[in-house]
Amino acid sequence: MTNTDWPLWEVFVRSRRGLSHTHAGSLHAPDAELALRNARDLYTRRGEGVSIWVVPSAAITASSPDEKDPFFEPAADKPYRHPTFYEIPEGVKHL
Amino acid sequence: MTLTVNTAAALALGDDALVLSHRLGEWAGHAPVLEEEVALANIALDLLGQARVLLSMAGDEDELAYLREERAFRNLQLVEQPNGDFAHTIARQLYFSTYQRLLYAQLASGDSEFAPLAAKAVKEVAYHQDHAEQWTLRLGDGTDESRERMSRACQALWRFTGEMFQPLDGVDVDWDGMRAAWLESVEDTLRRATLTVPEGPRTGAWTAGAGRQGLHTESFGRMLAEMQHLHRSHPGASW
Repeated sequence: MTNTDWPLWEVFVRSRRGLSHTHAGSLHAPDAELALRNARDLYTRRGEGVSIWVVPSAAITASSPDEKDPFFEPAADKPYRHPTFYEIPEGVKHL
Repeated sequence: MTLTVNTAAALALGDDALVLSHRLGEWAGHAPVLEEEVALANIALDLLGQARVLLSMAGDEDELAYLREERAFRNLQLVEQPNGDFAHTIARQLYFSTYQRLLYAQLASGDSEFAPLAAKAVKEVAYHQDHAEQWTLRLGDGTDESRERMSRACQALWRFTGEMFQPLDGVDVDWDGMRAAWLESVEDTLRRATLTVPEGPRTGAWTAGAGRQGLHTESFGRMLAEMQHLHRSHPGASW
């Protein structure tokens, strides 16, 4: 199994209606149409999905690990942002 | 009303699925890329599932698959043709899946004993056809090399395609209509792939076509030997 010149694609699968697409993995394919079909064969063969997105990996802008601290740490000590400071009224079940 | 299973017809359709499934399975570990290996294996497994149902209608599926001699198989000669290069496999897929989709679509809308299987399988086969068409377009309208190979493959397998439309007893479909629809569909795909539609006879003295009568081509014996040797060496082996 040699490496190919085919570009890499990221695959997002919606497992059922009402849920959002979730990242499932990545694959190689020569173009978008075949990427979609490869994704069907690789990531939904056990009935995992009802909808697939494929996105060229090169089109994704990712946060850098070097920026981890300025990006994420300031949120760590702000517990008041979490919705945990009110009483749940009796009788409310599905909150 | 009790339906009678037409054993000979079940055997012919079951053998088509079984033999092609085995041929596609031979790509495992050899396909050009990992993604395509899984795609071909998925198609092989769909076909194996169909074969199990069909052979079970004709008798004991294991005995039929593993203990019959070459001349007792009733599959089309097309499906037993060696994988060749990737283009040959795709051409074989294009010819066969187009035929199988038309056949199952008709069977699914009928009320024969094949209707339930056909209704389920026609969706699988629609995907097989799509897979073959997508690759035909890309190889045909691709590089000089891929175009040359795809063209050679379509030409080489053309003479095996007439056999598909020999009417099968017990399979009540419009064979002539199916032949016309098959030609239209395949020609359309080949044209869109900028390939020439092969010339040459599809029926008659110089064509292939006695698979349904139990006559097979040279490489089929080797394939069977590989497929059957485990069961013949260790009858009833399981894991």
